[in-house]
Amino acid sequence: MSLDMFGHDPWWLILIKILVVFVFLIVSTILVIWFERRVVGRMQHRPGPNRHGPFGLLQSVADALKLALKEDIMPTLADKAVYFIAPIISAMCAITAWAVIPFGPEVSIFGHKTALQITDLPVAVLVVLACSGLGVYGIVLGGWASGSTYPLLGALRSAAQVISYEVALGLSIVAVFMLSGTMSTSGIVASQAENPAVNIFGLEFNVPGWYAILLFPSFVIFVISMVGETNRAPFDLPEAESELVGGFHTEYSSLKFAMFFLAEYINMFTVSAMCTTLFLGGWRAPWPISIWGAANTGFWPLLWFMGKLVLLMFFFVWLRGTMPRLRYDQFMRLGWKVLIPLNLVWILVVAGIRVSSEQEAGTAKTLIIGGVILLAVGVIFFYPRRKQYQAPAVADLGVGGFPVPPLDLKVPPSPRTKKIAASREATGVSASTTTEEEG
Amino acid sequence: MNPALTGVLADGGVTTGEAVTFWILAPIALAGAIGMVLLRNAVHSALSLVLTMLSLGVFYVLQAGPFIGMVQIIVYTGAIMMLFLFVIMLVGRNTRDSLIEVLRGQRVAAILLGIGFAMLLGTGLARGIGSIPAVGLAEANVNGNVEGIAKLLFTRYIFAFEVTSALLITAAVGAMILAHVEKKPGEKMDQKVLSRARFEKGNYPGPKAGPGVFATSDSVATPALLPDGTFTERSVSKVVPARELTIAEARPKAVNGSKEYGAIK
Repeated sequence: MSLDMFGHDPWWLILIKILVVFVFLIVSTILVIWFERRVVGRMQHRPGPNRHGPFGLLQSVADALKLALKEDIMPTLADKAVYFIAPIISAMCAITAWAVIPFGPEVSIFGHKTALQITDLPVAVLVVLACSGLGVYGIVLGGWASGSTYPLLGALRSAAQVISYEVALGLSIVAVFMLSGTMSTSGIVASQAENPAVNIFGLEFNVPGWYAILLFPSFVIFVISMVGETNRAPFDLPEAESELVGGFHTEYSSLKFAMFFLAEYINMFTVSAMCTTLFLGGWRAPWPISIWGAANTGFWPLLWFMGKLVLLMFFFVWLRGTMPRLRYDQFMRLGWKVLIPLNLVWILVVAGIRVSSEQEAGTAKTLIIGGVILLAVGVIFFYPRRKQYQAPAVADLGVGGFPVPPLDLKVPPSPRTKKIAASREATGVSASTTTEEEG
Repeated sequence: MNPALTGVLADGGVTTGEAVTFWILAPIALAGAIGMVLLRNAVHSALSLVLTMLSLGVFYVLQAGPFIGMVQIIVYTGAIMMLFLFVIMLVGRNTRDSLIEVLRGQRVAAILLGIGFAMLLGTGLARGIGSIPAVGLAEANVNGNVEGIAKLLFTRYIFAFEVTSALLITAAVGAMILAHVEKKPGEKMDQKVLSRARFEKGNYPGPKAGPGVFATSDSVATPALLPDGTFTERSVSKVVPARELTIAEARPKAVNGSKEYGAIK
């Protein structure tokens, strides 16, 4: 597997690949909506959609048709052009990211040998990151162009969230780059095929090649930040129903809303596919199946890839069915103060191991290992601890537990007492005392 | 390295694909740059700049620099322009440029000078490097583009790289200090303190009935009625003095059709 395989396909084969991936994304969005509703239903002890088609499979088709036929509303205060292109940006970026996702190994299609992947680049993983970075524009512009407060707040939250979690996401991939030595997705999958030998205190044994096992901390950070990146529960603050109505897409309806919806689900597939490719061995068969020699050839890998994808989608749904939404400041604290520093220390450790394993045993090796351990211990030792809770001396709760205005604030007389106050003002009695005397 | 990705022929010429992409994207990049200056709405202006930056990113990829191209898109369009948009959106959606010219003839002078500068730069570059064939690209990318950049960045230019990062960190720390508000210990009631205070003994943690609920008047001084019809004193703040209502106040409010104040039809 190398990059030279790509870029030689005839045009019709490229067209077929693009079309198949596009149709796959649309169909699986419809299927996953059904899947999510059924699974969440089962978790909440209710059947979920079960009327249309076998197991309610056609429910999402009916919903999609209904959504497309709804009235398309353009708010009066909307910025027309931007309001129109925002959902297009969102959907386009979400779909483009799939150009570099590897579905399988080299196969023969109509006599042509080609990889089951539209294309690959030396920087393929960065293409996916760029697409997700541009996808935020759809959300932000949609929220701004609606000309309404809740969408704007949702858009601002979303921008802050995606930018913050993209840092953690990008850093968690760095360790994968260091071990695999490449940024191309097919190269990363290929590098997970080997079972590298590890020498710990003279004992030499082979470890499984999946980076989810070799780089477990990176894997955990990637999984957390991919949920943050896709605005899914428990990190669905940009569209928190209880706070912001619907978030950035409050004012959208009909096909424009459908495009946002599509983009959100495709983004979920994208991060799941990235997780599969980077950490779970890509399209390669998992261990017990991989004993069978033909498991990693032909079209079989499509099955393993889809299986891993569905498992990750189930994980997303499971999270949604289980976790309450985080508060915004806690969410930001998790991203900036926990995930990013942890990631940096972990990258340092991985780099130290990588460099020291290439060196001959001697002073240099000892120095590198010692330095890395010292730095890691230092960071852990000096990492700011959570402050102990100290009960406040006096809890100021206002008068009788009410949040009240200050005592010297004059309560204005009710408009209905105005006449009485005005008629008595001539005698030199102020309005406020009048009200009290009346009582 | 894949020859289809480098886009540059061995003799320094240009492939058809590169030429087509260039002639499609160059007008778009220029239109974005001009739109950024001409558009009145700040958000539209920022979006035009995004368009230009995206086109530049694709140009880098075309010029056999896929890494710098992607980083251009991720960092400049993905993060920096997003922060710009953030600020512009908070300023207000209807903020437009003022059309009043403060200095007379400034616009004409600026346009003339701008065109002159662009021509000077363009002709200078064209005459200086227009006829020189690009060499050394294959050697620079021999181990891959990313590896080539990494090697230069971490060997020959390590000092410049570290100085730049130190500068950026200083700027970030400076911005944090400028935006920092000093607070005395105990001054800020965080969520944990507030929540503990709420559940302390003697405090009822549930929401209070709003004054005026189920009552004939909507005054804050009117206590809410409990389901059995009695007043609940807890619904009225203690700073609001309790008082009897006057006859005029106790009367039902004016209804549609009756002009006279408080009259009952």
